[in-house]
Amino acid sequence: MIGDEMRRGDVLALEGVSVWRGGRQILDEVGFSLAPGEFTGLIGSNGAGKTTILRVVMGLLAPAEGTVLVNGRPLARRNRSVGYVPQKVLIDPDAPLRASDLVALGLDGEKVGPRTPSRQRRQRVEEMLDAVDATAFADARVGNLSGGELQRVLIAHALISRPQLLLMDEPLANLDIRSGQEIVDLLARIAEQQRIAVLLSAHDMNPLLPVMDRVVYVAGGRVAVGTTDDVVRTEVLSKLYGHQVNVLRVDGRVLVVSGSHVSLDAIPRQSGAPAADASVEGR
Amino acid sequence: MFADYMLNAWVVATIVAVVAPVVGFFVVLRGSAFVAHAVPEAAFAGAAGASLLGLNTIFGLGAFALGASLGIGMLGRRGRHDVVTALALVMLLGAGSLFLGWSTEYAPEIYSLLFGEVLGVSGNEIGLTALLGALCLGAIAVLYRPLLLTSVAPELAAARGIRNHRIDMAFLVVVALATTTAVPVVGALLMFSLMVGPAATARCLTDRPLHAVVLSVVIALLTAWASIAAAYQTNWPVGFFVTAFAFAGYLLAHGGRWIRNAYSRPQAPLAGESAA
Repeated sequence: MIGDEMRRGDVLALEGVSVWRGGRQILDEVGFSLAPGEFTGLIGSNGAGKTTILRVVMGLLAPAEGTVLVNGRPLARRNRSVGYVPQKVLIDPDAPLRASDLVALGLDGEKVGPRTPSRQRRQRVEEMLDAVDATAFADARVGNLSGGELQRVLIAHALISRPQLLLMDEPLANLDIRSGQEIVDLLARIAEQQRIAVLLSAHDMNPLLPVMDRVVYVAGGRVAVGTTDDVVRTEVLSKLYGHQVNVLRVDGRVLVVSGSHVSLDAIPRQSGAPAADASVEGR
Repeated sequence: MFADYMLNAWVVATIVAVVAPVVGFFVVLRGSAFVAHAVPEAAFAGAAGASLLGLNTIFGLGAFALGASLGIGMLGRRGRHDVVTALALVMLLGAGSLFLGWSTEYAPEIYSLLFGEVLGVSGNEIGLTALLGALCLGAIAVLYRPLLLTSVAPELAAARGIRNHRIDMAFLVVVALATTTAVPVVGALLMFSLMVGPAATARCLTDRPLHAVVLSVVIALLTAWASIAAAYQTNWPVGFFVTAFAFAGYLLAHGGRWIRNAYSRPQAPLAGESAA
């Protein structure tokens, strides 16, 4: 495993995090850290442990071993420094809730008591909608938005409370290629301009290659961490997977191909993938 | 129609028509209409039991409504209560019929708990109804934002540190309270229509959550007042008018929306339903 030195000023630092569930080890001594403004891809096939890592970082899951530090402090359940966009949010199209209402709930949705409407509040919601290019559908019902539009609104919902870390769980899984690329570009812009650390999980790293500062590659509950060039290499990933895999670079794209011993670990369980590509990860 | 003996009816119906739809807005938003249907049935069984033991029916009603709400909330998993609710519903209805069977005397008072007896409300019930109603409104005002977020997107609420299960339990208690307020007036079967009908109608008419709450109240008030007036004029049961008017409003709003959508179909899909 390629380790990761703890750096001063890190927004997030995981060290030796292990998680068991039902007698099975889900995460095995996971450790990595994120600096402000860094765009990090959390890459791995389904079931590798990506979502578990995100749940640990959010404080929804307490690791059996290891430490999680947010801004150098142990994780609390309610942490305003961490924003989160889940993979799937199903919203009833009949629910009377506009995109701007959902963004406003990102400001103080957990607070009890009546809220006082203010010009300042409304302005902040408008600015946030503008920052994610969502002004055009600010008044549309959330349940009627397209996948890409909803994704933008959810990002605004997560960012309006000014977190230092944004967690995105498979934002590209339900989007067409163009909307996905737009979301990736938007996140890269936000990370850079607002100095927010972005941790984005995906089973395909290729759409992220142009913007990704670092990669946390997950396989079998273990991680390899570093820049893409450091981590996505035949020796490193073979060691991580525990069997031979080959990393091919074709036409600016990265392919991770299972070596002589095909293991189910390396086969993406991605629906609709042609059979011929069955041993190729991250097309 | 506005004689002294009718005054109580107007006052109590007005209180109920304010409280029920505010709670009902969240009932509809959370998709827990079934729970809102079951809790008043439980209340009916409680009232029947209390009457058998010679206790105050409101007391039995409140105890059973609260017990059913909390039981459904605790036994339901991940906010899904449909199976538990169905079992609790038939069990309590059965218990209610048993209590009525044991009761030696014919109990029109108990039957009025099922179908409502707005014209027979006594003055001393008003105070209790108002108090419980104020409690419900207060609880909703306090919980408004977290309740809205957990109802619409529980996974976003959890990420903000909101404990969805706690909010769920708190809301079920509010449903029980609102039921206790309204059942003696409009009855167990009709309580449900004042809670759910106006709220379901209102959300066809506006895209804003707070506007939908206010609109639900307006629709419920019109429904309740029109029902009392109609019942007074025709001498038909008030419950019939409440359910009929609530359902008619719902059909009208849905029909209106359907027509509006049919005529605006060619526009960009993004615009969806713009504010009414």
